[in-house]
Parts: sequence; structure tokens; C-alpha cells
Amino acid sequence: MEKVLEAKNIYFGYDKNYILEDANLDIYKGDFLGIVGPNGSAKSTLIKIMLGILKPQKGSIKMLDSPIEKFNNWGKLGYISQKVRDFNSSFPATVEEVVGANLYNNMGFFKFLKKEHKSRIKEVLDIVNMSQYQNHLVGNLSGGQQQRVFIARTLISNPEVIFMDEPLVGVDVNSQEQFYGLMEKLNKELGITLVMVSHDIGVITNRANRVACVGNKKIFVHSSKDFNEQEYIKEVYGENSSLLHHRH
Amino acid sequence: MLEILSYSFMQRAFLAGILVAIICPAIGVFLVLRRMSMIGDTLSHVALAGVAGGMLGGIYPIYSALGFSILAAVVIEKLRKQYEQYAELSIAIMLSAGIGLATIFISLGNSSSAIFSYLFGSIGLVSNHDIFIIFILSLLIIISIIFLYRSLFYMAFDEEAARLAGVKVKWINLYFIILVAMTIAVSMRIVGVLLVSSLMVIPVATSLQICKSFKQTFIYSIIFGVLSVLIGLIASFYGDLAPGGTIVVSSVVILFFVLILKGIKRKIKS
Ligand SMILES: Nc1ncnc2c1ncn2[C@@H]1O[C@H](COP(=O)(O)OP(=O)(O)OP(=O)(O)O)[C@@H](O)[C@H]1O
Ligand SMILES: [Mg+2]
Repeated sequence: MEKVLEAKNIYFGYDKNYILEDANLDIYKGDFLGIVGPNGSAKSTLIKIMLGILKPQKGSIKMLDSPIEKFNNWGKLGYISQKVRDFNSSFPATVEEVVGANLYNNMGFFKFLKKEHKSRIKEVLDIVNMSQYQNHLVGNLSGGQQQRVFIARTLISNPEVIFMDEPLVGVDVNSQEQFYGLMEKLNKELGITLVMVSHDIGVITNRANRVACVGNKKIFVHSSKDFNEQEYIKEVYGENSSLLHHRH
Repeated sequence: MLEILSYSFMQRAFLAGILVAIICPAIGVFLVLRRMSMIGDTLSHVALAGVAGGMLGGIYPIYSALGFSILAAVVIEKLRKQYEQYAELSIAIMLSAGIGLATIFISLGNSSSAIFSYLFGSIGLVSNHDIFIIFILSLLIIISIIFLYRSLFYMAFDEEAARLAGVKVKWINLYFIILVAMTIAVSMRIVGVLLVSSLMVIPVATSLQICKSFKQTFIYSIIFGVLSVLIGLIASFYGDLAPGGTIVVSSVVILFFVLILKGIKRKIKS
């Protein structure tokens, strides 16, 4: 199978203490990879390392066949960060303006939105079912609607891989269902590789085809079919972790 | 009414005023939305030190102000990156340093009336030389903003996403803060150092009350800026008042006017 990303022997720490040690991860074309792990286990950090936003102290990242340091085809990658919805909600930007911003590299010298850009914006808003909100202010939309706007924003440059960091925080069950429907469409119909951090282990193991558990400074990858929650707890919290584990 | 335009000094004041009225809010939109309006205030105090220093050293004040504020801009940008959590602190330190230096230079010199005109602006003292500098720099600033409009918008909304979309965030940040410094040096002749940053902020605040998109915010900010400057200059001429004061007061009056209109409109709707 074709690899879109290869992370090898990654060591990373914000200070001299590593929070990832000799971590390895491969992502294949067409994957829907779920990333799970306790708070502070470096899931967000891992995504930033894969995207080249953070530089590991040791190890290498290969993104779409080129070392991440040399990678420059940013349109092929989408990233929805954990903080994406933290923007100032009174920021005066319409859905069209926010989604259009990602056409940055397709705009000419003066970066004005042309007709073809506008129709492309309409296209991606259609995919996420938000076209009737094109001229609404983003700050006035609901959390779930904003989420879809940001997905549209990444879709506009025809990405091959989309990284999402806890996109479902604060989204109600109904919208979650819609969200996963949309993910399935992106993954199966448009062939986009998806990488998604989630705390909802039950749901993500159902939807993703593979699951990466981050914990104990390492990454363990399972096919979601043989994901075992007992084992997961052991992996990410260590052997004597029965106290940490409680079922609801 | 048109007699006001028959004076050549008023023609110069209007020409410079309109340019300033365009560039201040156009830069100000991005400052406000990035919550960096303090930087305008800081750089204008540094510019004042530049003016006073220039007068002492026999350098044309606009040039020395330009030099001082650009230097300060570069230092702020460096500090802002190094002490991300303490960005405000580095700005506050620069502000104090600017005021301190300005005070020393002013007390060393003996031209307090000339300083006065740079503090609060002046219409009678805008020379052809000033017009020339203001015109060239304003043109550069306007072209830069048109060129950087999209990147600055994206960076204001979400800097990290902008970087990933290919916006050269580091360079544009540096260039933008230099533009802020240039805007201040260009504007101080008309509005005065103490009130430049108000002209960068108030028309934007007014525009934010009514706009329905970023583009509208940008355009209305400039319209409100130009309106404030035109009214302010006329009031300054007839009332023999410092233009900085009349311009900023007009912009505040416009803000209140818009707020009241908005309130009435809401009442009618409900
Ligand atoms: N910018 C930073 N500087 C210093 N330490 C950081 C920084 N960002 C994160 N950390 C630390 O690194 C560790 C991993 O953080 P990270 O955000 O990657 O965790 P996470 O797995 O995404 O957690 P969560 O589930 O809460 O989102 C945490 O201990 C955190 O405190
Ligand atoms: Mg996280």
C-alpha cells in the first residue's frame, strides 16, 4: 500500500524532557486513522510534528514522499487544529471570506477572488451542506456549523490528507452523526486520507479503519477491528493502571 | 464654503489629510483585529522621540521620526516573537522608553512650539517638502496593503492556518509593523503623534458596528476615516483649533452617531 506519511524514530520534547520517545507511525493512502490517548499524551503535538509546525529533536518525517523540511505542497494537506474555533467570534468575516482564504496560492499577484474562485467556494460549501450560509458572519454560526466551514476551508485546495484535532468537541450527537457521514463521503468518495484525534474511543474505533494510541511516550497502532480497550488502557497508562480506568 | 480651498496651505492640508485618512484606518483594521492597537500608540511615542531628537540634531523631523519608529518596530517584532507570552510587556517597555527619550530630547531643546505642532498636528505648517514625503510614503503604504490584503486578513483570522496555506507569515509580520511605523511618521504632521493611533482605531470601531463582512469593514473604516478628517480639517480652519483634536473628536462623534442610529434601527425592528 502507498504511504502518505512515515514518521520514524521520533523524539520530541518542549523542554529537555521528551514527551515522545522513539515513536513511529505510518499512514497509508485511503486510511481513516483515529488517534486516541489521555489528555497531555502528545496527540496534538504529534499532529504538529507531522505537519512540520514543530521540529522533532530526533527522527524523520516523510510526507507524500518528501522529507517534511522540504515539503512545500501545502495545498495537499488540510489541518483543523484543536483551537480552530477559538477565533474571536466578533471577527467580521463571512463564510465565503474564510473559506476563500485558503485559495491563497491559487490567487494571482494581487490575491483577489475571481469568478472561478467563487464557484469553487460554492462547490465545497455544497459538500458540507453550508451553501445557504455563504454570506453569513462565521462568528454567528453554531459550533457545528463553524466546524463544517473549516472543513470546507481545507477541502478547497483539494487536499490528499486532512488532519483534524478533536473536531467534535462541543458538537451535539446529531451533528456528530452528520459529521461522520461527511467524513465517510470524503474518505470513500473523494479518496481523502483522514487523520483524526478523538477522545470518544467507542465511536472512533467504529468509524476509523485504524487506531493509533498515544501514551507512555510511544505510539501503538491497531487495526480498528482488533482494537481492545483493556489492552489500550495498559498501553497508554502502563501496567498498573486499573485505578485510572473507570467505566461509565 | 469653497473659499477654504483657495488657500494653498489648506489645499496641502486636505491633500495630506485625505491620504492620512485612507492609510490610518486601512492599517488600523488589521491592528484592531489582531488585538495589536497598543503597538500604534507605542510607535507614535517613539516617533515623538524621533521628532524631538531630529530637531536637536538638525535632521528633518519626519525623517528622524521615521527612523526611530521603524527601528522600534523591528525591535518590538523581535521581542514579540521571543517572549510570546509577554508580548504586551515588551510593548509597554518600548512605550516607556519612547516617552522617556522624548521628554529628555524636548527638555534639551528649546523649540517647544514646533514640538507642539507635531504633538497635536497642524494645518498651517504642512510644507511642500512634507507633502512630497507624505505622498510617496502613502502611495507605498496603499500599494502594500492592496498587495497584502488577503494575507493580512488570513493572518488576522488564524495565523497558524495562514502559515499552512503558504502565507509567508514571518516576513509579512515584520513588513506590516514597518508599515505601521511609516503610517505614523506620515500622519503625525496632520493628526499629531498623540492622536495618530486614535485615527487608526476609532473609524475601525465605528465600522465594526455595522459591517457584514471583512471587505465592508475595510471599506467603511476608510470612509469613516476620510469623513472624520474632512470635518476635522474644516473645523480646525474655522475654529483655529489643532487639527488632531478636531479630527479625533469628529471620529468619536461619528462613532456615537452610528451607535445611536443602530440603536434606533434595532428598536424599530423589535
Ligand atoms: N507550547 C507548549 N509548550 C510547552 N509545553 C507544551 C506545549 N504544548 C503542549 N505542551 C505539553 O506537552 C504535553 C502534550 O500536549 P498535547 O497538547 O500534545 O497533548 P494532547 O494529547 O493533545 O492533550 P489533549 O487531549 O488535552 O488535547 C502536555 O504535557 C502539555 O502540557
Ligand atoms: Mg490535544
